[in-house]
Amino acid sequence: MQKMMTLISNVLRGSVSRNAASVVVSSRSYADFTPEATFDIKKVDLHRLEEGPPLTSTLTREDGLKYYRTMQTIRRMELKADQLYKQKIIRGFCHLYDGQEACAVGIEGGITLSDHLITAYRAHGYTLTRGGTVREIMAELTGRREGIAKGKGGSMHMYTKNFYGGNGIVGAQVPLGAGVALACKYLGTDQLCVSLYGDGAANQGQIFETYNMASLWKLPIIFICENNQYGMGTSVERASASTEYYKRGDFIPGLRVDGMDVLCVREATKFAADHCRSGKGPILMELQTYRYHGHSMSDPGVSYRTREEIQEVRSKSDPISMLKDRMLSNNMASVEELKEIDIEVRKEIEDAAQFATTDPEPPLDDLCSHIYANEKSFEVRGATPWTKLTSHS
Amino acid sequence: MASLRSFLRSGKTFVILFVVTSCASVFQVNVRDALNQAMDEELERDERVFLLGEEVAQYDGAYKVSRGLWKKYGDKRIIDTPITEMGFAGIAVGAAFAGLRPICEFMTWNFSMQAIDQVINSAAKTYYMSAGFQTVPIVFRGPNGSSAGVAAQHSQCFAAWYGHCPGLKVVSPWNSEDARGLLKAAIRDDNPVVFLENEMMYGVPFELSEEMMHKDFVIPIGKAKVERQGTHITLVSHSRCVGFCLDAAAVLAKEGVECEVVNLRTIRPLDVDTIEASVMKTGNLVTVEGGWPQYGVGAEICARIMEGPAFNYLDAPAVRVTGVDIPMPYAKILEDHSVPQIKDIIFSVKKVLNM
Repeated sequence: MQKMMTLISNVLRGSVSRNAASVVVSSRSYADFTPEATFDIKKVDLHRLEEGPPLTSTLTREDGLKYYRTMQTIRRMELKADQLYKQKIIRGFCHLYDGQEACAVGIEGGITLSDHLITAYRAHGYTLTRGGTVREIMAELTGRREGIAKGKGGSMHMYTKNFYGGNGIVGAQVPLGAGVALACKYLGTDQLCVSLYGDGAANQGQIFETYNMASLWKLPIIFICENNQYGMGTSVERASASTEYYKRGDFIPGLRVDGMDVLCVREATKFAADHCRSGKGPILMELQTYRYHGHSMSDPGVSYRTREEIQEVRSKSDPISMLKDRMLSNNMASVEELKEIDIEVRKEIEDAAQFATTDPEPPLDDLCSHIYANEKSFEVRGATPWTKLTSHS
Repeated sequence: MASLRSFLRSGKTFVILFVVTSCASVFQVNVRDALNQAMDEELERDERVFLLGEEVAQYDGAYKVSRGLWKKYGDKRIIDTPITEMGFAGIAVGAAFAGLRPICEFMTWNFSMQAIDQVINSAAKTYYMSAGFQTVPIVFRGPNGSSAGVAAQHSQCFAAWYGHCPGLKVVSPWNSEDARGLLKAAIRDDNPVVFLENEMMYGVPFELSEEMMHKDFVIPIGKAKVERQGTHITLVSHSRCVGFCLDAAAVLAKEGVECEVVNLRTIRPLDVDTIEASVMKTGNLVTVEGGWPQYGVGAEICARIMEGPAFNYLDAPAVRVTGVDIPMPYAKILEDHSVPQIKDIIFSVKKVLNM
């Protein structure tokens, strides 16, 4: 009843502010919406697999709204970060994830929070899907004391439970992820680790070293290559002798998945997770995706690709639009409801940005803390021999 | 022979008996066995501890340090890796992130350069970057520094390289007591520890007391030990060179020079207090290390002495005895002249004391 009233009043408010002709007011209740629908999803390319994930995906209204909200939150958060960076409130490196939202959200849809995940530096989206809040993510970007890493880490070094960052060295996160997977197996849990890397990182030697050990030891790891077509300014054709990243694991079974479709990503992840949990060892997923921004905020992103290309992806393959269209055309949500979510998300981001710009910077006392764990306090040499600072665990 | 010498050095005058029966309260243990026993006990004590590295399992360890462990603990806890340092060091660090307590062996520390990014950027810095959220309870261990005839690529000392980095603990044992107590401490430490052994010390026996053989015997990381009391000059050293300092001290004692020998035991955090106290007592300092001079351990010690209260007690500038500033040659005569010898220590002491 309350919801219906809100819907009606929102529409009326909308019609009052519009100078145009009268608007058809329609009130909808929950009973009017389709609780779930099944969608055809793109077939997945397979490597060393007889069968792949299903060709259809059933989406509940609840999940649809959740995915929509989360993807929209990531999108808005990244755009706000862009703004704050241009105002010089965020400094250093800032690698934005807008365009790739379906990957982070779809992956999380296929695993649980008791599973583990590690990625590289384009990590704000994952920090959110793994349990971080927009507030603490933005405050970390602005380097404040309430940041998720208390301002000590910045954009590339955010951590939360079962999320191991945020890693700045290209490719290093992949063996780390295999180590987490080793721990899962060692401790006898049925948890797995998702270890992400990009098309640029895919040529790193340590990744091949990891493929080898993960296979030898049958570690429960899902390798995921987020192929957004460009490693910084170098297109995939210029960097890789083979751009079939899902086959690069050689002896490891692989899937190539449409990374712009959250349902595709989810079904593929579920499939991969089953593979791992049944003790078969590692599996590799290539997610074909796209980033709207340049590599980082210092890259306009148009010297190595055309604006037309970016615009084409935005208009034809945007992950949020795709989900929205699906839900609307199947009567799983209303335009107003989704607009409502947009407004709530915008507010959340505004509040978080406000917080992130007003929260104080970390205290200087904290400068030398967190060098060692579980250690009594000790002296740290400052910039001069007379500057004696203290480190607390 | 080594234990005979150590008895002589310490100035004890009672009769030496080589004790082999079980009623003994001292045990002859070489450094290799001390390391082996320490790992065995820690593997038994905590199920989360495991060992990985090249040839550590079925081969019993390239230098036999992990002899018998695979037979006792099996594939799950003693893991042979392929020859992929960067990969397996990363895996070890990731396992530490997720709650295990890995011991990652580098066959020699020279090969750690393949994996140094994982040691520094993934292990050392993570606790700080995460503001105390993510601990990394890992031990990296293996033989460091010069060996015998293994030439340039297999003879480098990494004490200065790793000692440079905040977030790491860097330990360099000399004798069996050090090896045992420090390795146990390192494994029990919740922080990343770089454990620098010495291949030439593996076969050297030392006496361990019953107390030292206790399964909870640990030596605190970050504390140096005065191995020999002296009054005229302080010799500060780590690893194998501690033995050379004691030998030099024995020779100098005959000429009336009493050297105080400080065994650093830990490179980082450096026990400046013990060094300063010693220098303030003796008034003279010579550092001795196997590594190269430029930007080395001795350089750091001298700088700290300059910057601290001990400077005013120096009667002469502090000097360093180091490895020669060249890649290690192969021919024996050249190799012998590339590392600090006892005569170099004696010569330096006499120079500093203006003898």
